[in-house]
Amino acid sequence: MANDIPVSQDSNDVPMLSCRGIWKVFGANKSKFEQSGGSDMTDEELLARGWTAAVRDASFDVARGEVFVIMGLSGSGKSTVVRCLSRLIEPTSGEVNVEGQDLLAASEAKLLKIRRQKMGMVFQHFALLPNRDVLGNVAFPLQVQDVARSQREERAREMISLVGLEGRENFFPGELSGGQQQRVGIARSLASDPAIWFLDEPFSALDPLIRADLQDELLRLQDQLHKTTVFITHDLDESIKIADRIAIMDQGRIVQIGSPEELVLNPANDYVARFVKNVPRSKVVRVSNIIRSATSADVVGDWVVNINDRLADVAPRIGGSTQPIAVQDDGGVTVGYVDRDKFVRILAGSA
Amino acid sequence: MGWALTIDNLPRLASSSVKCAVAVIALVLATSVGPGWLSTIPDWLVFPISQWVGDSLTWFAREASIGGLAVQEITRGFAELINKPIEAAVVILADGLFSGSGLDITQSVPPFSWLAIGGVAIIAAYRFGGSALALTTCICVSFLVLFGLWHNAMVTLSNVLVSVTIATLLGLALGIWSFRSAHVENVTRGIMNVMQTVPIFAYLIPTLLLFGYGPSAAVVATVAYALPPMVHNTVLALKSVPAETVECGRMTGCSRRQLLWQVQLPTALAKIAVGLNQSVMMTLNMVIIASMIGAGGLGFDVLKALRKLDIGAGLEAGMGIVALAIVLDRISQAVAKRAAHGKHREPGQWPLWRLLGLWIVVATGIALVFDPTQAWPKDYVISTATFWNDLVSWINRELYDVLDAFRTFALLQVMRPFRDALAVAPWTLMIGLLTIGAYALGGARLAIYCAALAFAIVLTGYWIPAMNSLYLILISVTLAVIMGFPIGFWLASRSRYQTAANLVLDTLQTLPTLVYLLPAVMLFRIGDVSAVIAVILYAMAPAIRYGMVGMSQVPVARLEAAQITGCTGWQTLRWIRFPAALPTLLIGINQTIMMAFSMLIIAALIGTKDLGQEILIALNRSLVGEGIVAGLCVACLALIADALLKAGAVRASTHGHKKKDQEHGE
Ligand SMILES: Nc1ncnc2c1ncn2[C@@H]1O[C@H](COP(=O)(O)OP(=O)(O)OP(=O)(O)O)[C@@H](O)[C@H]1O
Ligand SMILES: [Mg+2]
Repeated sequence: MANDIPVSQDSNDVPMLSCRGIWKVFGANKSKFEQSGGSDMTDEELLARGWTAAVRDASFDVARGEVFVIMGLSGSGKSTVVRCLSRLIEPTSGEVNVEGQDLLAASEAKLLKIRRQKMGMVFQHFALLPNRDVLGNVAFPLQVQDVARSQREERAREMISLVGLEGRENFFPGELSGGQQQRVGIARSLASDPAIWFLDEPFSALDPLIRADLQDELLRLQDQLHKTTVFITHDLDESIKIADRIAIMDQGRIVQIGSPEELVLNPANDYVARFVKNVPRSKVVRVSNIIRSATSADVVGDWVVNINDRLADVAPRIGGSTQPIAVQDDGGVTVGYVDRDKFVRILAGSA
Repeated sequence: MGWALTIDNLPRLASSSVKCAVAVIALVLATSVGPGWLSTIPDWLVFPISQWVGDSLTWFAREASIGGLAVQEITRGFAELINKPIEAAVVILADGLFSGSGLDITQSVPPFSWLAIGGVAIIAAYRFGGSALALTTCICVSFLVLFGLWHNAMVTLSNVLVSVTIATLLGLALGIWSFRSAHVENVTRGIMNVMQTVPIFAYLIPTLLLFGYGPSAAVVATVAYALPPMVHNTVLALKSVPAETVECGRMTGCSRRQLLWQVQLPTALAKIAVGLNQSVMMTLNMVIIASMIGAGGLGFDVLKALRKLDIGAGLEAGMGIVALAIVLDRISQAVAKRAAHGKHREPGQWPLWRLLGLWIVVATGIALVFDPTQAWPKDYVISTATFWNDLVSWINRELYDVLDAFRTFALLQVMRPFRDALAVAPWTLMIGLLTIGAYALGGARLAIYCAALAFAIVLTGYWIPAMNSLYLILISVTLAVIMGFPIGFWLASRSRYQTAANLVLDTLQTLPTLVYLLPAVMLFRIGDVSAVIAVILYAMAPAIRYGMVGMSQVPVARLEAAQITGCTGWQTLRWIRFPAALPTLLIGINQTIMMAFSMLIIAALIGTKDLGQEILIALNRSLVGEGIVAGLCVACLALIADALLKAGAVRASTHGHKKKDQEHGE
């Protein structure tokens, strides 16, 4: 299906984060990997050498302010990809650029500087320091940078109230619930105001209800802060809820990158199709996907819908109207119409 | 079920035991009819190894020089250096400052009063461990004060504090270094393993040579003894820091140094503190022994009492060490727990250091105006020494016949014949049996290893004392296991008593080894019987503990299966519980043997005639080489026992696996 509404992002700008042809082969080093055929190696050849290809040929860009979700089953290589992007794991081959700078060529000192100033990360099991209270944990990234005590504590208090933990500043991690601990983790990752925000399955260790709370919290924060975000999860509902774009990984390979709607409407292969099979389309597809341009026959009825609304939200209006319904953009200008039969066909999955 | 003597492994098993039997018979025949040197060790097989070792060490200390300075000068200088903090600690905690000289010497500044120091311990105990720990501490402090042991306890504490501080710093440094380099780790692990099997006495001799007699030599020997657990736990703790936590540190942009000091070490602190606790306990264990080379305090009191056979005084001073040990052990454990889980301060609650500072000022003020809080008046000192001594005389009077009959019977009917049998048995027969046994348990490598260690003992000329040690160890370990395991089994099915049992066992293991000699001597005077009883008392704790753990660890599903099948209680024990517990039980025997060795050497003080006695004699006469070589012979025996039992444990557990596979296959 043609999606003729352009995504509103500065596509001219250098992407905040981009990677090309990333390979991570455990057991091999760069030269051995390239000598034995590099990216042309088959599974059998890799196996014969006792190597594990955790990531194979990953390439993508993450635009400024975008929430980019990497999704896949356990062991598909998500954590490895995200660690290659910050060089926590050295990629076996490929390129990583941060705001146009070559990360893999950066010296040790340069790398430290980039991590200190540009990157923040949230971990699955929180990775809090048990000997520091909440304040000390959140202030930690600034302490590493030798920021003066009063200054870093002020900033830390700001972050703590941002994640709703005022009053717990002097508690130790062992005295907090899982959800609260991850709030501390989030506050800490934001303390040095990084441009890029990595989250590796941040909510997987939490109960479903707390998880939903924190997802909402994340959306609220992102609304405020517009971080360039790489978010790892194995939960499709979670990714649909928060993603601008999703990359699906299977055995180290990225098999499809697209918006939640694209994945649902146009899965690239069976693997993706099986993944998205049970997603209710109405919760994903937006009005923009079924819009048509105006014809002379159209009359503006009583109801209008917004172009970015999800179908589920506007179903009562569209379903209850025999007339085409006008679609407006955020400014209130009518940009097209939707028809009921098209709507029904999309929901039924036959379009 | 059980030992799974199924049709297919029957022939294999049979053929291997037939082979072993044939080998044993051949061996016995060869040694009994063969040439004489097969049964008694010929002179040409014994080398003056002790002499070589002694000469080279003496040469090293006296003649060798590093950068123009003789080694002994360097080490003596080092001893001077260590003396400074010890003296400072003694001044602060025990003696205060003196002015004047000769007869009109007066105390110009008193040390901190018992009220101040005891209060500090109680407050810290309350902060870290709550009111129960505070109460325990209070009881221990009162005991030391009321029984007039305070001053000497503080002398001991000074030595302990200095030793623990040095061991901790050194252990941390070595641990961090080993953590960062696999190469260094291999080297340190090897050295630490040997250090842990060499008996404590053996440390004292080279220490005396290099550092002279005195408190600083005692500290050096103690540090050497308390170091391994610190190093070991530091490496382990650093390795167990979660990968994510390290990644978090790297992502925040930590340099290597920041990562170590601000992320890895603090996160590992709880486990490092476990190492600290073990170091403290080993230091206390060493207190009495260290007094043989010049440490004063309670340790020296016990030693003195033991030499004079003044049971009452010895028991009291011994109990003083126990009180000190309990306080230090429990508080350092509580600190370790707190390090694992920080706890926030309630609003208005003072930081600990401020509270302690205030208390010291207040208590010192009180001590200035009210003297008894500075030094407990002599007239009010309680002593139970006379009671104990009276008890001993009473026992000697009233129970003499019974005890002596028992003693004579044990000695003449059981122990002597066994000892003589071991001493007379041809050495080749002993080594041959050992080799065959090792081969059957763990294959050729184990056999060669054990035979080589045993042969090393032959070469040193310590074969007979080694056989004496062996006989004492075999008797005591057998009895400790026979008594300990059933108690453990009994406890295993009664979970209500297990916490209490663990507490008692913990406390038993915090007692310094020498304390165990006192009741034995009290009842049976000096000699082998007392030694065996002391060793049993000391070594039974691990037998009970592992018996309990092993038996309570049997999978419930298997027990239920047995119940359904209609097994009687005895059948369940024989076929289900025992095989499942066997590997743990073997580890328990191993632990028991190791404990028995460390106690046996100390039992030399009450008149055994084994390797321990050789070391003690060497120590008293400053025979450097003899002491070290006899010590290494003990290490050889311990290493052989360790290797055999570990191989046995491995076999027992793989045996279980095989059985499981068969069950699946059917
Ligand atoms: N250090 C390593 N050495 C060898 N193989 C590794 C290493 N780390 C990861 N792998 C392998 O690489 C593959 C990808 O692992 P990765 O942790 O990236 O998966 P993941 O998608 O994050 O899975 P999960 O959802 O379980 O976290 C797995 O097969 C894993 O076994
Ligand atoms: Mg992962």
